[in-house]
Amino acid sequence: MACLGPAAWLLWHGWLLSQGVEQALLDDPVKTIQVTTGLTTLILLFITLAVSPIRQTLHWSELGRLRRMLGLFAFFYATLHAITYFVFDQSLDLARIWADTVKHPRIGVGFVAFLILIPLALTSTDAMIRRLGRRWGRLHRLVYLATTLSVLHYLMVQKLDIREALVYAAIFAALMLFRLPRLLPRLWRAGPA
Amino acid sequence: MLIRRPQDLKTQDITDERLFLDRRGFLVGLLGAGLALSLGERRALTRALARQSAPARGSLDDKLTPYEVITTYNNFYEFGTSKDDPSENAKNFRTRPWKVKIDGEVGKPADYDFDDLVKPYQQEERVYRHRCVEAWSMVVPWLGFPLRDLVRRVEPTSRARYVEFTTLLDPAQMPGQRTDILPWPYVEGLRLDEAMHPLTLLVTGLYGKPLPNQDGAPLRLVVPWKYGFKGCKSIVRIRFTTDQPRNTWNIAAPDEYGFYANVNPAVDHPRWSQARERRIGEFFKRPTLPFNGYADQVASLYTGMDLRKNF
Repeated sequence: MACLGPAAWLLWHGWLLSQGVEQALLDDPVKTIQVTTGLTTLILLFITLAVSPIRQTLHWSELGRLRRMLGLFAFFYATLHAITYFVFDQSLDLARIWADTVKHPRIGVGFVAFLILIPLALTSTDAMIRRLGRRWGRLHRLVYLATTLSVLHYLMVQKLDIREALVYAAIFAALMLFRLPRLLPRLWRAGPA
Repeated sequence: MLIRRPQDLKTQDITDERLFLDRRGFLVGLLGAGLALSLGERRALTRALARQSAPARGSLDDKLTPYEVITTYNNFYEFGTSKDDPSENAKNFRTRPWKVKIDGEVGKPADYDFDDLVKPYQQEERVYRHRCVEAWSMVVPWLGFPLRDLVRRVEPTSRARYVEFTTLLDPAQMPGQRTDILPWPYVEGLRLDEAMHPLTLLVTGLYGKPLPNQDGAPLRLVVPWKYGFKGCKSIVRIRFTTDQPRNTWNIAAPDEYGFYANVNPAVDHPRWSQARERRIGEFFKRPTLPFNGYADQVASLYTGMDLRKNF
């Protein structure tokens, strides 16, 4: 499926690199992997956030099933992104990972975003949806926080030029704006209750 | 072409002799690559390039970064902020005629034509580690001459304490200068003793060929024990000053980039660690060395200085 596209591209070019094709993963292979997995995660998260408004406006009920798959793929790429960081940036040195996460917000924010996606992925099964009932909906609203942190993470890893990252932030803001009419009453009810 | 080996470089810093002697092989390989490219044979091209960048036998930790990489992975914001922007956008950059103004506290100020400026000096090959402040690094075979030789020739006065370098300002040719991502023109500076250090190079070439546009043609500064942003590119002015000059990255983000910018694994960038670096092309990071591995040659310039304060 289209979602596997970026992973397939990475695998194919990684294989080419191992066969001696120079710069198959561009000049800095790890950076190529990180940018590809990171942006794919972000884009897939955006698409999952676009499902509900589209479904509401166009009344396409099948999109609901698509959304779970998109979300899980987003988690898949986020996991690849995190593993690449743990393995290639930090050589699985837990002390260094902890220090980096705590001292450097741009990492900490990304790390927390990833952590949030874990329970969301784990509760994506039909069984879990049934078991959690109404709590499932509330739990999965954490995707807003995860996406916000992911967008922040992308902004914060830029050295100086944040223009492209701002475009992603703007898209996210627009997606959230679409949901505002639905979201506010729900949050309001969940609060004082 | 006389290539001297400066005694102040460690053996591992010098071009491995096999690779150096094979530079004709490199040129032939390049020719082969060029032919292959024109014949549309991509596989032959990559094989040809792979041959040039192959590490010499008995190889060092410091393998030369391939020419292809050095010329397509660039921070040269005048041509755009992506790593591949400079190689894309500097294709038609005009490097002749090129004027370099030498002024300020010197006995012999003058406006030089580039070729006249470099003519008196023997170009020598120096293989240096290049460490970017972004925590990546390369190993680059520069071709140039010690800045010291130029400094002596222009006779700095007793009031000269610093040397300031300025990049060309030409938004018509440099699309990045049409934005205000950095305050233009790019300026950098060195303390006079840093400028006089034997390692400090004015560079005119790369891998034995003239400097490509995206790497700072026709004239750039290389100070291997400092972060790469100190290496002012496409220099049009060298001014000797009494007061410490400003430098562009310090103007843009004073808490992140200093004047001295000595490579120092113990002093982190506010937003990321400087303890490790990624050698471009490799997968795992490696430890960053104090003064980028040139501590023996340059640490004495900074005795008594607080290198955390003077970052």
